[in-house]
Amino acid sequence: MYAFFPGCVSRGGCPELYPATITVCERLGIRLNELKGASCTGAGVLQEKNQLLGDIMNARTFAMAEDLGLPIMTICSTCQGVMSQANKRLTSDPEYLKKVNNYLIFDNLKYRGTTVIKHLLWVIIEDIGIDKLQSFITRPLNGFKIAPFYGCYILRPSDALGFNEKPERQNSLEVIIAALGAEVVDFEGKSRCCGFPILTINEKNSNKMVAKHTTEVKELGADAMVTPCPLCHLNLDGYQPVAAAQEDKGDINMPIIHLPQLLGLALGEDPISLGFQRHIVSANAVLEKMTLVS
Amino acid sequence: MEVSFLVKRFNPENPQKGAYWDDYTLTIEPSMTVLDALIKIREDKDGTLSLRCSCRSSICGSCSMRINGMAGLACKMKVIDNLQANQTSITVEPMTNMPVIKDLVVDMDIFWNKVKEIKPWLQPDEVEPSGEYIASDESMKKLAQPANCIMCGACVSDCTVLEVDEGFIGPAALAKAYRFVDDPRDSETSNRLEMLSEYSGIWDCTRCMECVEVCPKDVAPMDRIMELRDRAMNHGFMDNSGAKHTDAFADIVSHSGTLDELKLPLKTFGMFGMPLNMLPVAIRAAIKGKIPALFHKGIPNMEGLKQIFNKVADEEQQASEQEE
Repeated sequence: MYAFFPGCVSRGGCPELYPATITVCERLGIRLNELKGASCTGAGVLQEKNQLLGDIMNARTFAMAEDLGLPIMTICSTCQGVMSQANKRLTSDPEYLKKVNNYLIFDNLKYRGTTVIKHLLWVIIEDIGIDKLQSFITRPLNGFKIAPFYGCYILRPSDALGFNEKPERQNSLEVIIAALGAEVVDFEGKSRCCGFPILTINEKNSNKMVAKHTTEVKELGADAMVTPCPLCHLNLDGYQPVAAAQEDKGDINMPIIHLPQLLGLALGEDPISLGFQRHIVSANAVLEKMTLVS
Repeated sequence: MEVSFLVKRFNPENPQKGAYWDDYTLTIEPSMTVLDALIKIREDKDGTLSLRCSCRSSICGSCSMRINGMAGLACKMKVIDNLQANQTSITVEPMTNMPVIKDLVVDMDIFWNKVKEIKPWLQPDEVEPSGEYIASDESMKKLAQPANCIMCGACVSDCTVLEVDEGFIGPAALAKAYRFVDDPRDSETSNRLEMLSEYSGIWDCTRCMECVEVCPKDVAPMDRIMELRDRAMNHGFMDNSGAKHTDAFADIVSHSGTLDELKLPLKTFGMFGMPLNMLPVAIRAAIKGKIPALFHKGIPNMEGLKQIFNKVADEEQQASEQEE
């Protein structure tokens, strides 16, 4: 069982992500106990202004999971990265942990530094295992070409994300795409920025990033792009029409699929229950190819 | 063991050919660095291969290039450490975001011009002493990390913003700027922060951490950029959407515990300041049912968290009063 940390966006800007996750976890036997009292991670933005407050809020969440004796499961690359960085600061400096715990007294909590934080992507690779995942597949994605797009915070900084101890995390998305039966469309942009963090600051640059990545995978023949990050999804999906117009790319029409949605398709789930109708860039071409819609 | 080096080449005397790849196979020793291997290739296999190097000890910063798609010093990377699982080949390319002169040699004018833009020298308002100009150990502690920069260009090469906008001032120049902003002997702090808060400055960074990952000297440019943002906001340079966004985000989260996605743009841009081109995006999202709840639901049992917020705010207030 996992202490489930859904994050703000899976119930806000990407409301399809939360139910898709619940559906897929039920199918895979991943039991979830949602941390309803947990706060935002600060998303790296709060940390620009007040890193201590960000670390206190995250330590509070870690302490809640620790009291339940459960590892945390995230479904957002940004939540994962910000929490991993906070946990590294807290667990590598006992004096700092003590200082942060002085604030948690108000919530009758104390963090001892033992909580493990894992994105669903890593839960599947490390805890479920590819063999078991494949045993659940009822609708293999054979004949589909899928491009991975990670989101910066689940890749960097690699030391905080445990890549030294678990190098398999570096290409976990490609491993899952292949395990589901699809062909991986490898491209350099998979580990770059989607542009979301500068959307309100320099929309032009943000759109250039969206257009660059989606065009590149289109030219490589991808049917869709899959991401474990809802913030990347917001930008790559939501801003794709604007980015295509700005960069004079015509219609790019590259469907952007959340990781749980891709898993759900291979597990035989209905596209409506996975929330595909909420996408800005229609994924109907993919669903038609699977003969799920006509 | 035998390792294949896939090296990206470019010959300016034959520009029509464009960039191409050459494959060199070499028997390597376990202690060999990528630079050792490239020098051996140049000496034994292909004398036309061009690369820059000097100290071979991670000090001079000359031998930056992209190894397996990531910038770094070729003299600091061992060949065996860079062989990915079950592979016996390594790709070597010139740095990106700078024009290639020949093979692995790039024109670093772009890099130097950006660093020069931030006036990378001390500007004191007092007469400098004729001998050592000493600052306290305490004040220098924070500057030791950014002062480690050896100007290798790796961060500029892999910067995701420079990839789409060569006008961005970039991670190396910004890390260097921090080194002077936080130097107690410099008198231009406020002017520097004002300049850096403008378009193409500190707020244009995506926080993607590529520069942190590739920096061979642990300068962590992005962390320095985050510190510059904090300094700029503290100096009152709030008249840009970056500072307003961070301020609004911090304000919302440190009051309700979670992010109110509707309130964030309203607080960032103001009720009537929303960029018009965001309207079609919002309408498309609304049609698809992607608009967040009108009445934001915070988290239950906020009492403890509220007390935490108050304590942190009180301590910040006290600290700023003490500073004044």
